[in-house]
Amino acid sequence: MSDTLLEIDNLSVDYETARGDLKALRDISFDVKKGEIVGIVGESGCGKSTLISSILRLTAPNTRFRQGEVRFKGDDLLTMPERQMRNLRGSDISIIFQDPMQTHNPVLSIGRQMVDIQHRTKVSKSEKRSIAAKMLAAVGIPDPEARLKQYPHEFSGGMRQRIAIAMALMSEPDLLIADEPTTALDATLEVQIIERLQELQREFHCAILFISHHLGVIAELCDRVVVMYAGAVVESGDVREIFHDPKHPYTRRLIECDPGHIKERARVLPTIPGEVPDLANLPDGCIFRDRCEQATDRCAQVPPLEKLKEGHFAACWLNHPEESST
Amino acid sequence: MSPILEVKGLQTSFGAVNVLAGVSFAVEPGETYAMVGESGSGKTTVIRAIAGLAPAQAGSVKFDGEEIRGISERAMRPLRKDIAMMFQDPTGSLSPRLTVRNLVTEPYRIQGMKDKDLDAEAKRLLELVNLPAHFADRYPYQLSGGQARRVGVARALALEPKLILADEPTAGLDVSVQGELLNLLNDLRDRLGLSMVIITHNLNVVRHIADRMGILYLGRLVEEGTTEAIFDEPRHPYTHCLLSANPEPDPDARLERIALKGEPPSLLIRPKGCEFRERCPMASDICMQTPIWEVENGHGLRCLTPR
Repeated sequence: MSDTLLEIDNLSVDYETARGDLKALRDISFDVKKGEIVGIVGESGCGKSTLISSILRLTAPNTRFRQGEVRFKGDDLLTMPERQMRNLRGSDISIIFQDPMQTHNPVLSIGRQMVDIQHRTKVSKSEKRSIAAKMLAAVGIPDPEARLKQYPHEFSGGMRQRIAIAMALMSEPDLLIADEPTTALDATLEVQIIERLQELQREFHCAILFISHHLGVIAELCDRVVVMYAGAVVESGDVREIFHDPKHPYTRRLIECDPGHIKERARVLPTIPGEVPDLANLPDGCIFRDRCEQATDRCAQVPPLEKLKEGHFAACWLNHPEESST
Repeated sequence: MSPILEVKGLQTSFGAVNVLAGVSFAVEPGETYAMVGESGSGKTTVIRAIAGLAPAQAGSVKFDGEEIRGISERAMRPLRKDIAMMFQDPTGSLSPRLTVRNLVTEPYRIQGMKDKDLDAEAKRLLELVNLPAHFADRYPYQLSGGQARRVGVARALALEPKLILADEPTAGLDVSVQGELLNLLNDLRDRLGLSMVIITHNLNVVRHIADRMGILYLGRLVEEGTTEAIFDEPRHPYTHCLLSANPEPDPDARLERIALKGEPPSLLIRPKGCEFRERCPMASDICMQTPIWEVENGHGLRCLTPR
């Protein structure tokens, strides 16, 4: 068996709306290897959330899978019977959500919730409780035995997110999906969570699909990065390649715009003028064309996502100077 | 020049919870002051108390030389022309049932300025924040986060205030839009001579917009100085931790990271001695004593073991 865990192959997903089909994802392809941390970066409306819910097949009723496959260990998740899918969720694939304040059931103790999610394991309740306590200790919650009795409101935001991580890792998943797990937290806690994830990843050897719009976090945590814009992958590759030698103008502009990048006080900060195009009414050609300073006539054609070198893909005509006249 | 805003020993408690334990700072005309701290440090309460939206049991708030702490709502209302608030949640702070035109001109109606041509004013304000005029007919749900934020700025500017109190003005904005908002605020300050107090936990933002900044921990300032001085030579260990906790968009940047232990303690049981002691990487026995606020060359510090 290959070392590829998750393969997304030409995935296109629409939402049926009153205004017509909203093309939320178009021809998405990338893969996640075993034990690898892959970051997905993109701004609001780029399709990050649709992508996650498509992988887990937890999509809204008006979602239509137009084409493509999501293969997990070789099986296509999109055609898998629901019963089999349910067995995967929370055991082989688990997820940490964005908002730690709303992840847990407020009327059940943390211990009860951590025991309940072990419903597939056939061991005694007291054993499940001690597993839960061990996991709490692993994510750095002091005095875990006593804290199992407490309710979510008795924990701070940072602790609740760590409990969510403990619960997600309890089943020893092969793939952990983290959907902006640090966005709701302060910078100091963000660092704690990232460091904890790094440690746990080494311990559990699970692959992590880490979704964020925070470039600093992606740069620090991930091995590979997929950059999304308006429902399409515009660039993907090794984290160093992406940050040091971006090959798509959007990636380049995005990195420039991050104020963390600008050490000297700037009176005028860089921005990307314009707006994300309407996905229900897609413009022709390259999706970034309207906001791109380097756009040419060639951009009237959609550029394919092409391999530039080992482990670096980008969808931009600028990387093909030889085809300049057609 | 006398400060436009002067806060001294401001104290706020909600029941037994002492949120602000004596906050003092001043803002000069045309200056942007940033108040930085973690969740629960009391940042939002500071500006709400200044604007009379949260109680303040002790201390003094002088606006343009006049005491405004504890004055009646009736006396406060005319002052709201001069002190504008920008609230944290860009979409949530706009009434979903009003159009953008009504939203940006609502301050005139509240202040009873009947002689204004509201359509023209709406147009002028939208232009000021770089939104197209046809946005006047939109409702908040039709706005993106960045656009809603700009409507919030337009509303705050409607009455030509002297002071803007902005609560996390860039929270929830994408980086490509964040710069746009900061440029707008910088530009408006230069053109209209506004003074601003900005509340944020995003240090990357502070560097580009603030002239001076204060670091708030458990409702007390622990360090204050010019933005350059704080970034170049932070003296309080907490400030240093905050600065080093900023992940950089560079995979090869290996920061000298100072681990900040644990989380902020409960305000119900304030630690004895230095309140940052339990989380401080530099703490020693001396920190059992309570550090006092000392100012040297305009740089304020509350620490017994500064770097």
